[in-house]
Amino acid sequence: MSNGLSNSSVGRKVLMALSGFFLLFFLMQHFVINLFSVISADLFNEISHFMGTNGLIQFVLQPILIFGFLFHLAMGMYLERKNSAARPIKYAMDKPSENSNWMSRNMLITGIMVMLFLGLHFYDFWLPEIKTKFIEGDWSGLNNGEFRYWEELHHKFQDIIRVSIYCVAFIFLGLHLSHGFQSAFQSAGFNHNKYTPIIKKLATLYAIIIPFGFIFIALFHYFTQN
Amino acid sequence: MDLTLKVWRQKNREEKGGLETYKVTGISEHASFLEMLDIMNEQLIKEGTEPVAFDYDCREGICGTCSLYINGEAHGPDRKVTTCQLHMRMFKDGETIYIEPWRSAAMPVIKDLIVDRSSFDRIQQSGGFVSVNTSGNTQDANALPIPKMNADLAFDAAACIGCGACVATCKNSSAMLFVAAKVSQFAYLPQGQVEAKQRVLNMVEQMDKEGFGNCTNTGACEVECPKSISIKYIAKMNREFLSASCSSES
Repeated sequence: MSNGLSNSSVGRKVLMALSGFFLLFFLMQHFVINLFSVISADLFNEISHFMGTNGLIQFVLQPILIFGFLFHLAMGMYLERKNSAARPIKYAMDKPSENSNWMSRNMLITGIMVMLFLGLHFYDFWLPEIKTKFIEGDWSGLNNGEFRYWEELHHKFQDIIRVSIYCVAFIFLGLHLSHGFQSAFQSAGFNHNKYTPIIKKLATLYAIIIPFGFIFIALFHYFTQN
Repeated sequence: MDLTLKVWRQKNREEKGGLETYKVTGISEHASFLEMLDIMNEQLIKEGTEPVAFDYDCREGICGTCSLYINGEAHGPDRKVTTCQLHMRMFKDGETIYIEPWRSAAMPVIKDLIVDRSSFDRIQQSGGFVSVNTSGNTQDANALPIPKMNADLAFDAAACIGCGACVATCKNSSAMLFVAAKVSQFAYLPQGQVEAKQRVLNMVEQMDKEGFGNCTNTGACEVECPKSISIKYIAKMNREFLSASCSSES
């Protein structure tokens, strides 16, 4: 008799992969929107106001995103605990680098680094938004008669320490993505002679373009301060 | 060759073990690793020390019995070989070699370098078989058309000798590659279809019960596997499992 999907090792990995796919998609749209802050402040303000005030995004997609992230985090921790228990006595001599890469073996470390960064990121952007909209009840998106979004973003990146933390965190994000992207396909049962090598190349591209794109955006704002 | 060996010694399942250091001299570079251990044991017997217990049977890479973690790698530094196929020319004169048993909660040490691999047997018993009656009235093999590609895939999966190197080398002590090979060898063939759904569900459930870890897709298992079983079979097992979970009627 089967344990069911969510109670089995294979099922949990599939759920981990599905939540990973969801977060990959979210990250891409986050990046595209942030990229507009480099291209046009007005366009960035328009999109941010839409994202910040649209009912579907705020009250349906945002809670799903928070759940997806917490699920990915909790499941990752749970799986790591099970994995650690599966080998109570470690080898006196072990050479894991002979057969696997660092990123694939240290998803927990890179994941925790991303999670710690998200604490700062939430403190910087998400919590002030929640305060403005849900506590103060101000949904206008205005400050002194003008959209505040681009100005707030630009202002945050005047501090070199904050910019440095963001850049380091994005490197950890890249390391996490470089394994996570292609690993999610394998966990979900997708392995194809022709397409898997393409997916691995896409994973490398994604893990370079998105984190370094975010680094570029952070540095752009730092170096264009008045 | 003169070598320093750091060998795991453990009296029984319950007692705590530790690494002991032994020196061996005059080893031929053409000797196999197990022959080198035989020489070491002869030396130990002469010295009045209890010889080191280690597993072996066929000594030609077929049975999957020999199981040693040598210098930080399952079956040692060579590729696509079992410990019995590993030769001393892979090592340098004067080298220190660490020799440890497989490490897994699901494969506890019985004595010295020997581990209890009955967890693999129980996984096999839970579904790694076909209930097709093959005694008498045996059909001609060509009467059942099987695509060449499927026959090859099933054959490659069936090359698994159940040595446990995948478990030993996986950072999570996961048995996914072994179970995937055993599931896939039947899943690709018509004879395996009758019990396909229940097979994958039962074998994965038994694997979890035994206390093996989860797959992180590091790919270390396929690198260390003496029979080069690919991790594409793990994806195949995952597909089989998902399909069976969504449609099984039991």
